[in-house]
Amino acid sequence: MRIDVRNVSKRFQDFRALERVSLTVNDGELVALLGPSGSGKTTLLRCISGLDFPDAGEILFDGDDASSSHVRDRKVGFVFQHYALFRHMTVFENVAFGLRVKKRAERPTPDVIKERVSTLLRLVQIEQLGGRYPSQLSGGQRQRVALARALAIEPRVLLLDEPFGALDAKVRKELRRWLRRLHSDLKLTSVFVTHDQEEALELADRVVVMGAGRIEQVGTPTEVYDRPASPFVFEFLGNANRIPCMVENGHAILDGIPFARHTAPRIGDGPAIAFVRPHDLEIVSDVRALPATIRHVTAAGPVAKVEMALDGLQAMVEAEIPRSSEHLPDLVVGAKVNVVAREARVFSANAAPPPAAGPAA
Amino acid sequence: MIASRGASSIAEPVVVRWILTLLALGFLAVFLCMPLAVLVHEALKKGIPAYLAAITTDDTLAAIRLTLLAAAIAVPANVVFGVAAAWAVAKFEFVGKSVLTTLIDLPFSVSPVIAGMVYVLMFGSSGWAGGPWLMDHGIKVLFATPAIVLATTFVTFPFVARELIPLMQEQGTEEELAAISLGASGWQTFFRVTLPNVRWGLLYGVLLCNARAMGEFGAVSVVSGHIRGKTNTVPLQVEVLFNDYNISASFAVASLLALLAVVTLVAKSVLDWQFARSRRRAAH
Repeated sequence: MRIDVRNVSKRFQDFRALERVSLTVNDGELVALLGPSGSGKTTLLRCISGLDFPDAGEILFDGDDASSSHVRDRKVGFVFQHYALFRHMTVFENVAFGLRVKKRAERPTPDVIKERVSTLLRLVQIEQLGGRYPSQLSGGQRQRVALARALAIEPRVLLLDEPFGALDAKVRKELRRWLRRLHSDLKLTSVFVTHDQEEALELADRVVVMGAGRIEQVGTPTEVYDRPASPFVFEFLGNANRIPCMVENGHAILDGIPFARHTAPRIGDGPAIAFVRPHDLEIVSDVRALPATIRHVTAAGPVAKVEMALDGLQAMVEAEIPRSSEHLPDLVVGAKVNVVAREARVFSANAAPPPAAGPAA
Repeated sequence: MIASRGASSIAEPVVVRWILTLLALGFLAVFLCMPLAVLVHEALKKGIPAYLAAITTDDTLAAIRLTLLAAAIAVPANVVFGVAAAWAVAKFEFVGKSVLTTLIDLPFSVSPVIAGMVYVLMFGSSGWAGGPWLMDHGIKVLFATPAIVLATTFVTFPFVARELIPLMQEQGTEEELAAISLGASGWQTFFRVTLPNVRWGLLYGVLLCNARAMGEFGAVSVVSGHIRGKTNTVPLQVEVLFNDYNISASFAVASLLALLAVVTLVAKSVLDWQFARSRRRAAH
């Protein structure tokens, strides 16, 4: 099913949770709402589900206005952040709940319910746990029960609020892959909320980056990572070095030294902020490159992290160097090195949201 | 602090522990066990037949019937009210919520005698709540069963709600939201999710409510009029017999109330145990 969110706004007292948000989720798509806490992502999800109602704007399901319909009529599967399993019911009863509360005319027979629940438990790979109570399950198992319960009503949309938030790192990764597979089998239009950029980039077909009640950017994981539309998106998606500089003829320049091999996008001349990913910062032998002093080196894991102070600048920058790099033995605290950015994304320093008016002094 | 050798750092010396234990037991003996023993002794002083005769006089049986009737009306009424109030307070936000919470506690903070007086003022011959009108239509509220039921209901008002509110607040509304998102109606959500989650707390509240309903003296005393065989409840009957210098009969009837207390205590322990178990099970 296709979901259209049109100009939706929502306030809580004087806090603006959503400001004229518009978004389209295509049929069968898996979309991530990504943002820091307070960015409005959960509010948007709850408005789509019908657990909350927008103050203005409308939400369309397959072109039909669903804004005023009650959550119980929308046929959405909602997976709560803390699962909200019925603690006094077994796993089987939890999953069967949505079927048992149907109107008599629509309610399946007990045999059918049993069959359906077993199928769902098999689907989420916990068929042997039907007789247990939620408190007897691990976090990952509870998550699967919550998902099976939501799927039992054959929802038109699956909505997940921080689906992996309460799990430890290892289980999280495993469940993430599993959910990805499940989604490609079911082809159910799904929206999930997360504050974890890695989760969003790995799982989603498209990522919606939100900040302060607005959508900052919508795009595929590659698009939002490689071509962030704003400093906010750049900094939110992965580590970022922030280097105040000047832009002249499309080149990022610091202390008269062009320090980026590639500068994008093309903006007018003037003061700017350049954003450089740590893995795009290279340590080179070229003495014409930007001079820096090493402050700290962490050589554990696949890459070595090198913290440097750019000479003549307050800013500290971080570079990620392959452990196999020939430079690595020379990288000790206090050493003088030269760095260059493979790629820098620049945003005009005096840019208000509309593009910079023109070159400044 | 004096720490004895070998004891862990938080343990008191053996002597201190013994003294504290003896003190507590001694207190219990003097203030609980001794009166109970005296009660049983006095009740049975003239032998079992005299005891049975004392508790089966017409007046006493009438008192027992009245007490049971008052409890049978007051307890269900307060279960309905208590569950509704707790549900409203714990699961919803509305204007006047704190006022409601305070009002629920009112019967605890007001002396039962005053509660009784209020009913006298309301339903008396010149009362606010249509005393003369009621009299004209031959409806007797004051010094009759209705007033006793009302007074009992009033003083036992908070028990169920007080027990449920913290429990429901702690459980939050996520499970209810989940139920609704799965298509459940309001009633289905209440009976299938909310109520089962608080069932042990509810039973506990009912138990306390019942014990108080049967044992209430002050408010009932004011509105009853002490008509023997008609408007005396068991606690009032005890007083009447005592004032008649019919000591052993009075103690015999009192022993029924003591029995109620013991039964309540045992039931309470069982519920406590069940309650703890279900909470352990619910602990995520």
